[in-house]
Amino acid sequence: MTSHAATVGVPARQHEPELEGVYTVKLGMWVFLLSEVMFFTALIGTYVILRFANPDHFAEPGEVLSIELTAINTFVLICSSVTMVKAFAALQQGDQKGLKLWLLATIALGSGFVGVQAYEYYHLWHDGFVPVAEIYTAEGGPLYGSTFYLMTGFHGAHVTIGVFALAFVLFKAMRGSYTPQKLGGVEVVGLYWHFVDLVWIVLFTIVYLI
Amino acid sequence: MSVTATKTDFDLLPYAGEQHEELPFIRKYIFSTDHKVIGTQFLFMSLFFLLLGGMLAMMIRWQLGFPAQPIPGGELLPDTMTPGGIVLPEFYNSLVTMHGTLMIFFAIMPLLVGVFGNLLIPLQVGAADMAFPKLNMASFWMAFPAGLLMLASFTVEGGAAAAGWTAYAPLSSSGEWTGVYLGQQLWLASLFILGFSSIAGAVNYITTIINMRAPGLTWFRIPLATWSLFITSWLILLAMPILAGALIMLLSDQTIGTTFFVPETGGEPLLWQHLFWYFGHPEVYILIVPAMGITSEVIANGARKPVFGYKSMVLAIISIAFLSWIVWGHHMFMSGMNPMLGNAFMITTMLIAVPSAIKVFNWLGTIWKGNIHFHTPFLHGAAFVSLFIVGGLSGIFMAATPVDIQIHDTYFIVAHLHYVLFGGSLFGIFAGITFWYPKFFGGIMNESLGKLHFGLTFVLYNLVFFPMHSLGVQGMMRRLYDPYQYDYLADMLPLNRFISISAFLLIVVQLIFIVNFFMSMRRSNKCGPNPWRANSLEWTLPSPPPHGNFQEMPVVYRGPYEYSVPGAEEDFLPQNEPPKDVERVPGPFEQPAD
Repeated sequence: MTSHAATVGVPARQHEPELEGVYTVKLGMWVFLLSEVMFFTALIGTYVILRFANPDHFAEPGEVLSIELTAINTFVLICSSVTMVKAFAALQQGDQKGLKLWLLATIALGSGFVGVQAYEYYHLWHDGFVPVAEIYTAEGGPLYGSTFYLMTGFHGAHVTIGVFALAFVLFKAMRGSYTPQKLGGVEVVGLYWHFVDLVWIVLFTIVYLI
Repeated sequence: MSVTATKTDFDLLPYAGEQHEELPFIRKYIFSTDHKVIGTQFLFMSLFFLLLGGMLAMMIRWQLGFPAQPIPGGELLPDTMTPGGIVLPEFYNSLVTMHGTLMIFFAIMPLLVGVFGNLLIPLQVGAADMAFPKLNMASFWMAFPAGLLMLASFTVEGGAAAAGWTAYAPLSSSGEWTGVYLGQQLWLASLFILGFSSIAGAVNYITTIINMRAPGLTWFRIPLATWSLFITSWLILLAMPILAGALIMLLSDQTIGTTFFVPETGGEPLLWQHLFWYFGHPEVYILIVPAMGITSEVIANGARKPVFGYKSMVLAIISIAFLSWIVWGHHMFMSGMNPMLGNAFMITTMLIAVPSAIKVFNWLGTIWKGNIHFHTPFLHGAAFVSLFIVGGLSGIFMAATPVDIQIHDTYFIVAHLHYVLFGGSLFGIFAGITFWYPKFFGGIMNESLGKLHFGLTFVLYNLVFFPMHSLGVQGMMRRLYDPYQYDYLADMLPLNRFISISAFLLIVVQLIFIVNFFMSMRRSNKCGPNPWRANSLEWTLPSPPPHGNFQEMPVVYRGPYEYSVPGAEEDFLPQNEPPKDVERVPGPFEQPAD
């Protein structure tokens, strides 16, 4: 804590308590992500409970969902986290070109993930694996479809929002808005991106593998 | 990704004196980013919903007190609600549902969190504004449309939601049961949007309190109002997403035909109850904890004594908040849940009595031998304590599973929840509004009218809700359209009629508050910065504080409740007053200087 005597009479705007500890926007993002954890907990918890209660509504791993395709997609998303780290590291070293390139790579990988998920949805839908009870014809029962689309759909929406946020950050980076001293925007979007990635690893494990 | 903390452009906040130019009306009063204006917007919105929710309650009481008789003025409502002035059974279901929904989500919760969170947090921690002023503005402008959406549901075909404020599936998951299709969907959508608003607010409050405190304002010097709002924000932050998830599932069951809660196709109706109450019990504390904080402030101020056991007050709030996560099953004793689970939930629920009792005894300890000033906020605070005791004790009845079997879903629970929500939260809100009115509107509310309003409300309140305990124990179920069709309830009409008449009087005396509220806004009613002679930082600012709050960064030297310090010139000692180097005996209540 700053020495009290030193700050007496200092005009308010010159005092910068944010400089101590975690800066405000980053703290806000951490707090928000805790809320997101609870949101996905509700969705995943629902899946776990319903699957325990009605095992005959669900199918063995690989029977309905393609493990191979999604494993590749998971790899794509993990790679996008690596490129995000590279983008931030480039910014810290003052490498503006690297920042833009790695951000672009992250956006490309993120979009690729969403694209593959859309492709997967399209085929699953054709095979009668739908969220709606009335027209469900795949293995297991409609609960499988309902919970699957709920979890992966909301995760996909988060990835899509992340891609848009990254595009915004890239736009600002092109205008030279970030410097090694001023990197909050990149770091905060990065935090969100890693969180979304982490959620997917959990989802992939419990929805596709177990 | 670790990096040394650096300042970003996000961190630059507008401070006082920086914005000399007059903002246009629309930026100043409508799309304002000033936390005080947003707090005032929440105040008007939620007081409107409080009144509306009260009106719905009056229609419920009319039906119970004067069944099958036309409501005076009821012919003004459309025939889908009250043909010939008589409440339709379907409309009665909507009434109980919407009364609960509006009161909980659009009146009490925004009054406590939206209003006092916004007004008090930056002022009490010595900040210029919230950490994210624009997000704060967005929070209000999500809550307001959510409220409009909820209101709009009254006008759609089939009427407003009618499955109870808890929206138990499968009753709520298909319109076939209630006759309400679009109304229930609007209900779900409205609460979903409100959830976003609450989470945005909670992120703001938590960040502001952690990161933007004035120098010297250590954790254990934070006023209890802000402490309680801090803990409440954590509950909102972690509970609202659970509700959001549940709402989405129920909405998709209704609209696209998923099967989460539909038993015919494998869904689990009980899952809704688990999700709802996993949110719902923390929600109960969201609705009372800020009122506890407000009560601590006004009681210490009225008694002119430091809050007894300040640290134990803080720890009690934290333990209540923690326990609120592991008690949700006590709402479900009668749901068919495993009785073994019931035992576990019974024990955890009864544990909450411990921190609650600590708080009650600390309030009594604060009043004990105080030099009490019976101002209106203090009276409301004292009412909070006494009614919270009644509500807390009746809660223990229901926490005990064998007793709950008898009184579950009867008027006993209606009495209990109104003792904590009206007797607790609403009296806390009245205390808060009368206490911090100067910081909203610059004046002080009329004390005579305030005391009259308090006295009448307190007496009539008890006449309305205390007899409900008796109705409940005798087996009158809640949400019954016409209880008297059952032989064993037929002779309860006189008591119900007594309750109804008391309720009508109760809402009439609220006119005193409304008149006082608007009359006190007039310009001739200005008061100085510190009319209550209180210590925390908001009282060092003019009433109302200017845009940007503090001209100079305040420095805090002591806790917020240094009343009647021996040796001090006045009976209060503001938090930011530098210690004098005169010889002064440290008072017994003084926190050690560090």
